[in-house]
Amino acid sequence: MTRQITFSQAINEAMAVSMREDQDVILLGEDVAGGAAVDHLRDEEAWGGVMGVTKGLVQEFGRDRVIDTPIAEAGYVGAAVTAAATGMRPIAELMFNDFIGSCLDEVMNQGAKLRYMFGGKAKVPLTIRTMHGAGFRAAAQHSQSLYSFFTHIPGIKVVIPSTPYDAKGLLLQSIFDDDLVVFFEDKTLYTMKGEVPEGSYRIPFGKADIKRSGEDVTIVAIGKMVHTAMKAAGELSKNGVEAEIIDPRTLSPLDEDTILTSVEKTGRLVVVDEANPRCSAATDIAALVADKGFDYLDAPVKLVTAPHTPVPFAPSLEDIYLPTPEKIMKAVQEMTGSELVI
Amino acid sequence: MSQTQTNQAAVSKKEAEWMFQKMLEIRHFEDRVHEIFGTGILPGFVHLYAGEEAIAVGLCTHLNDQDYITSTHRGHGHCIAKGCDLDGMMAEIYGRATGLCKGKGGSMHIADVEKGMLGANGIVGGGFPLAVGAGLTHKLKKTGGVAVCFFGDGANNHGTFHEGINMAAIWKLPVIFVAENNGFAEATPFHYASSCKSIADRAIGYDIPGEKVDGKDVIAVREAAKRAVERARNGEGPTLIECVTYRNYGHFEGDAQTYKGEEKVKHLNDLDAIKKFYTYLTGQGIMTEEELDKMDEEVRSAVDRAVEFAEKSPHPLPEQLLEDVYVSYKTDGGAAS
Ligand SMILES: Cc1ncc(C[n+]2csc(CCOP(=O)(O)OP(=O)(O)O)c2C)c(N)n1
Ligand SMILES: [Mg+2]
Repeated sequence: MTRQITFSQAINEAMAVSMREDQDVILLGEDVAGGAAVDHLRDEEAWGGVMGVTKGLVQEFGRDRVIDTPIAEAGYVGAAVTAAATGMRPIAELMFNDFIGSCLDEVMNQGAKLRYMFGGKAKVPLTIRTMHGAGFRAAAQHSQSLYSFFTHIPGIKVVIPSTPYDAKGLLLQSIFDDDLVVFFEDKTLYTMKGEVPEGSYRIPFGKADIKRSGEDVTIVAIGKMVHTAMKAAGELSKNGVEAEIIDPRTLSPLDEDTILTSVEKTGRLVVVDEANPRCSAATDIAALVADKGFDYLDAPVKLVTAPHTPVPFAPSLEDIYLPTPEKIMKAVQEMTGSELVI
Repeated sequence: MSQTQTNQAAVSKKEAEWMFQKMLEIRHFEDRVHEIFGTGILPGFVHLYAGEEAIAVGLCTHLNDQDYITSTHRGHGHCIAKGCDLDGMMAEIYGRATGLCKGKGGSMHIADVEKGMLGANGIVGGGFPLAVGAGLTHKLKKTGGVAVCFFGDGANNHGTFHEGINMAAIWKLPVIFVAENNGFAEATPFHYASSCKSIADRAIGYDIPGEKVDGKDVIAVREAAKRAVERARNGEGPTLIECVTYRNYGHFEGDAQTYKGEEKVKHLNDLDAIKKFYTYLTGQGIMTEEELDKMDEEVRSAVDRAVEFAEKSPHPLPEQLLEDVYVSYKTDGGAAS
């Protein structure tokens, strides 16, 4: 069997590989090394990020390239924008995507627009890695999935991997991409294991992955929801309904062709997204199909998303906040009219 | 900036009882949460205040329910000192319907607006402008109330520190900014992340008083706080107080704390805030050992009762998911329903 490592290790490896390949790659963030200027602390004892994702990088690359920052997101994310524009290839870690409130200007008005405003005379090869996702009991300010926010803004590329393999290949692509990329890491996936090749490989942006093929319904699922949708597809199959599962992997750029081709085949679309439903990736994909694939549809498009509420803390509420295989099956049942055993 | 020594100004027995009791409540509450978290039944992130009791208590002894405080991710101590109910707090940490926020906020968002507690906060630096807004209300409504902003040494490098203090200063708002300098922000030392010898020194930049005190000495905190609260109530504007302290536990539960050094042993023993106050109270003849020990027993039982209350409490009902988003209507289930 080929090598199995976790989602977290895959991300760590992508950073290590890129830093070996290119001296200009640096990493900045809060406690990405950990324990800066603590005399007695050996590098191997350092935190390596709150979740340990960057552990070991300071040992190999030193504190000049793995830089602990003050709690000053506007400061270091803004600095990373122009470090990128002036010759470095930084990775800035925004611990939780919820903290974008502390540095939105630097991302939205500076990083994203620099190239366009300068008439193409600058580039911003910056990757912002950030954690997202509910289900961790982390409550309203540490659990959001804000990728649609960034997808809305021209000049930003948006990446959401769902497997360790994709995480490594997409992060390498992000780091060596010449545009500003926001790379989302679902905190509940960090311990997930999967096959990951050693060394360097890149997965191109704008190429969706068809996780499962089927004739009856297309399910586009984002991030962790790919796994939820796969579970639903297994159950649906027992009921004679074959779902095609598509993981877009990047929301900007979006692989419109793969989605439209699939809907042309199946005639039905369900979008599964754990983010809030208004002005979301889910509504965006639904609008794409309504706009360019209306004639393919045999039934109205269905969305399975979180409700329009913040993420609740109580486990009993957070569990019903998230989409589940049952909710997906119910949506499919409604549109196929089939009698499923749920 | 001035260094304040322990000031022997008399503490009445009544106030001493209140302060000691609140410090014990915080300590035993946090020690219990630590213990329970270790068993794996508590959801989410928990940041404990044990070790830093003297700060919240030394400040809140001057406050009443109409005064506001803003807090941090390490908020349990602020809640207790501001009079939040232990049962409701524990139930919140358990995510139960009887929690102070109906289980919807959790440890990092415990709040009780009736008590003037404007919420623990998941966003570092979030409290500065929030305290300014509460201070603005007090000023415009001429309530005579104040707002206290508790924040960490890590937060003192966030942009909101500058924006918040500067505004409070130009508008002479009744706000007290209280730095809890426990030496670390997560695993990052204060001296690495901050280009200043002392947070109190930063007051110079805003032309307001800045004071540095021993944050393990509740009497010293109380004295500095008294000056600041009086100044605020008199309409003279904000003060910055830096309280030097140490946290007994890790940044969050589960932290191996490899960045801490030898100093941690001293902090758990000789330098302990509660021991210090105990010695002071008995030494000054304000309270007897028997009285203090009895109080300790009572507080332990109160914390036991809070745990029992939380564990017996119901989970929130599904329909509560959709409540409290807006005042004027209940959000529908959206696409998930
Ligand atoms: C805007 C923002 N950035 C980062 C974090 C992650 N974080 C939570 S607590 C913390 C350290 C805070 O240190 P300090 O202000 O000294 O408070 P202490 O934990 O020592 O009480 C960090 C970086 C956050 N919650 N919010
Ligand atoms: Mg600190």
